[in-house]
Formats: sequence, C-alpha cells, structure tokens
Amino acid sequence: MKRPRSTRILLAALGIWLGWAAAGKEVTLLNVSYDPTRELYQDYNTAFARHWQERTGDKVTIRQSHGGSGKQARAVIDGLEADVVTLALAYDVDALWEKGQLIPQDWQKRLPNNSAPYTSTIVLVVRKGNPKQIKDWDDLVKPGVSVITPNPKTSGGARWNYLAAWGYALNKFGGDEGKARDFMARLCRNVPTWETGARGAMTTFVQRGIGDVLIAWENEALLALKESVRGEFELVVPSLSILAEPTVTWVDKVVNQRGTRAVAQAYLEYLYSPEGQETAAKHYFRPRLPSVGQKHADTFPKVNLFTIDEVFGGWQKAQRTHFNDGGVFDQIQRANR
Amino acid sequence: MARKQFNALPGFGLTMGFTLFYLSAIVLVPFAGLLIRALELSWADFWRLATTDRALAAYRLTFGASLIAAVANAVFGTLLAWVLVRYEFPGRRFVDAVVDFPFALPTAVAGLTLASLFAANGWLGRYLVPLGIRGAFTPLGVVIALTFVGLPFVVRTLQPVLQNLEREVEEAAATLGAGRWRTFAEIIAPSLLPAVLTGLALAFARAIGEYGSIVFISGNLPFKTEIAPYLIVLRLEEYDYTAAIALAVVLLAFSFLLLGAINLLQQWASRFQPSS
Repeated sequence: MKRPRSTRILLAALGIWLGWAAAGKEVTLLNVSYDPTRELYQDYNTAFARHWQERTGDKVTIRQSHGGSGKQARAVIDGLEADVVTLALAYDVDALWEKGQLIPQDWQKRLPNNSAPYTSTIVLVVRKGNPKQIKDWDDLVKPGVSVITPNPKTSGGARWNYLAAWGYALNKFGGDEGKARDFMARLCRNVPTWETGARGAMTTFVQRGIGDVLIAWENEALLALKESVRGEFELVVPSLSILAEPTVTWVDKVVNQRGTRAVAQAYLEYLYSPEGQETAAKHYFRPRLPSVGQKHADTFPKVNLFTIDEVFGGWQKAQRTHFNDGGVFDQIQRANR
Repeated sequence: MARKQFNALPGFGLTMGFTLFYLSAIVLVPFAGLLIRALELSWADFWRLATTDRALAAYRLTFGASLIAAVANAVFGTLLAWVLVRYEFPGRRFVDAVVDFPFALPTAVAGLTLASLFAANGWLGRYLVPLGIRGAFTPLGVVIALTFVGLPFVVRTLQPVLQNLEREVEEAAATLGAGRWRTFAEIIAPSLLPAVLTGLALAFARAIGEYGSIVFISGNLPFKTEIAPYLIVLRLEEYDYTAAIALAVVLLAFSFLLLGAINLLQQWASRFQPSS
C-alpha cells in the first residue's frame, strides 16, 4: 500500500534534512527538456552527479521534465522553476528571453557551438523492404505515398522536418521559392494525420502501422531501429538534410534565486567534455568533439547537411516566415483544404 | 410574510458559506481569471481572432460532432438504460459495469485505441475502409470518439428515473384501454424526457471540451478534422495567448447558451411532473 502523500512528503523532507546534516551540501537541479532526450539525460545525470561530487564534494540530484519542446518552454515562462533548459531548437529557448525575460538576449553565445553541445539531423524511416521505393525527399510528394510527420505548429522536431524538406526543394529547384512551396504543398497533402509531437508520430508509424514513411529525428530513428528486433523498419538517408541543433542554457532568473548558477553552468559545460559527448553519442546524438565522433563514425550515416542560418537566416526569421499564424505553412494548409 | 423554515438539522449558515467558498474557489475564480485576460483584448481584436475561417470551421466540427454524438447517445443510451432497469438477464451487472468504462478510461487511451481500430489496417478498419467507411482521420472519427466518451452520461442520468417509474401506471393505462404505442407516447415518454434531455446536455457539454481522445483519431487536418480545443492548443504553442483566450471565450459562451436552451427545454418537458 502507498503511504498517504503527506507522510511521504514528510519522510522525504526528513531524508533531505538528514542528508544535509550528514554530508556537505545537497543541491537539486531541474532540467526541462524535450521528448526524445529521456534516455540520454537519465544516463548523463548519473555521470554528472559523480563528476560533481568528485570535484566539489557536493551531492547533486537532477530532476527531469520531458514534453513537446514548445510546451516545455511555455511552462518555464509561466513559472516552472527550471535551472536549465535543454530544448529541441533555439527558437523555443529564445522565447524565454523574448516572452519572459528569464535569460539575456545573447544566451546562445554563452556556451560553445551556439549552445548546442550535440547535434542531430532529419532522416526517413520506411517499412521492411521499402515497398514504396522511397529513396529521397522526392519520393515523399508522389501520389499514394502516406507520410507521417508531426505538426510543425506544436512540435519542434516537425519544424526541423519541414525545414529539411524545404531546404532540399530549394536546392533542387535552384532557389526557386515558388517551386519549393509547391513541393511542400504536395508533401503536406500526403500527410494523413498531424500528430502533436515527435513521439506521437513515432507511435503512429511504429505501433499503429500507419503510413509508408516517417520523417524523424535521426536519434529517434536509430533508437527505433535498435528496438525493432525483427527488423520491421529501414533507415533511408536523404541526399540532403538539415543540421539540427538542440540548444541548452541555464535560466538566469531561476539560478540567481536558488543560488544554483555554478552547478547549473557546470552541468551544461560538462556536456561538452569527452564523457558528456560519449554519453550523447551512445544515445545517437551526434557529438561535437571530433575524437568522439571518429569513434562512433559508423553509427551515424554520412549526410550532406545545411544549417538553418545558411538557408533560412536563423530561427527567428524561419519561424516568422513559415510557422507563425498566417505564415507559409498556414497558407499551404489553407490552399490544400 | 417570510417565515423561517424549520429544518431538522441546524447549520444552514455554515454549509451555505462553505458552498459559496467552494464554488468560488473551484469554478468562479478560474472563470474570472479567463474573463480578465479576455478583457485585455479590444472588441475588434476579439472578433477578428475568434472568427477566422479556420476557427469557424473548427466550431462547426466541434459543435456539429458533439451534437450528433449527444443525440446518438440520447437515443441508444435510453434504450440501454431501459434494458438494464427493466429486464433481468444473466450478465446484467457486467453490462452495467461496462457502461462506466468510458468514465474510467483515460481519454488519450480511448482515442489511441479507437484510431488503431478504425485505421485502414486496423481490426475494424480493414473491413470498413473498403466499404468506404473511414473512421480514422475523418469527421466521422470525431463523432465516434465523442459518442464513446458521452455514453455513460445519458445512461447514468436515466437509470434512477426509470427505477422510480411505476409499472402500475403503465398497467393502469393498459387497463383503461391505451394501446402500447399510446402508453409509450403519453405515459412513459413525458416522464422520461426531462432526464433524457439532462443526459443529452451533459454528454453534449462533455463533448465540446473533449480533447484527449480526439487528437488521436481526428488527424487534426485544418478546416477538415480540426476541433476547436485543438486550435486553442495550436495558438498557445505559437505563444499567442490572446488568440487562445478569444477561442476559449467563444466555446464557453456557446456552451452556456446551449446549456441554457436545454434547461428551458427541460422545464417545458417537465411541465407534467408534480412540482415539489
């Protein structure tokens, strides 16, 4: 039987107090993250706690919260006390500055590599034997091909999906925006359901068996492939894709209040260390450190990648043009109805 | 002349105070919060945000599908309640328990299950889709999900009323020469109608706010299968709180109007009931 909640809270409080009295200092951090990083941070948190105790003698406990990237950012703006955020895209972290003034405007310059300690990309997943012969983005706009991707309005991953396809089309048509839009409209017509998040889309494709091809985070795709023991799925690497940079930062307002700035900063910096990079690579996120990258070279397929800054002029601009109310995505959906 | 009514138990002041406090804390304060935020909008902005063609399409689907589902439940739920109350048969208690299933099941699970069932390769979908009946990712799917979540409301409202319905009255009607149809139309139906309408209103109100089960089965295609609560979530994801609130206020106003209308209907329908 469960104890009543009040008793459990009391016991927990007592435990923390006793811990306090016995060992040096006890700190907790809250890391607010997006969906597919569950396994990564579970591992990383233990590694960091060990590292931090060796370095300072303090005990650190990290609590995790996962969900759609935009929803998580909104929760933090609305008062969820996150010491650090590790979200799917820079735009959602930007919102912490723009809508909540919780972090400085130049947050992205505070950590190396645009505050993205690991990267990923967008790939395609098809069913065993690739019955619809899907080789590249072109095959996704053919009539009769059913494409599963979440809604870019609600999912950070889906925005990367959309931009990857758009970037491919733009490149293919020599920079012709009109043709790229047409390509995208045809792709959207092949989407039978707009799931709200990347995990939801994955479930639709994998468990419910809907759709011919899933557009997904590389790390999610590799995880799904590893878990499908009977080889029900195959990975299709497109000829061109986007360099997805999930970004991290500490939340100044919260760490100042709670006095956790040093440990929060160390927590994120340690992601760039060989051990942090190794953990990321183990969970199929592409490491930044070349030495770790070489070690895991055969995990990650070779893909030609473009960045969002090169093709779209950064997140703010991409968001305004494509995803805001009345943007290109809305126009496409309106025309497709 | 107002005379103090006699009560066997004291404590009117205390219980009334608590009632008012509880209602305020649970219902009125959040409701006022919503209205206060809505007041930040100018009337013109509110109107523009609340009546985009996408929003209109979403209202149509939400209210249309909710109404169809509520009416279907009113008809078949009445039948179900009748069978459960009037007849003894093996497994009756089990059937009775099954009615509560939609109450207990998390709606997200219901939505996922229904969507898998009706998808082109699902258990039912593989037979229905070739016949042209598409239950997943269509407005029909929305109706199916809403019928599922609304079922217990009608049955549970009707059961006690049916139990109290005296058989002797029907027998008397029969003795006095009324045919089966006349007994139903003039004796049974009028006494059941208010309860049916209450059940309908409850199922309808529940359906308008439903989100969890529908997002999985509807496919969320804008203008086609996008429900109003989902559009609110989309606006929130765009950090557009004001647009979300505008939509929420419209839903709320509609629900109030409809509940009011159904209340009036109920009063009209219960004109035969002895007033207490």
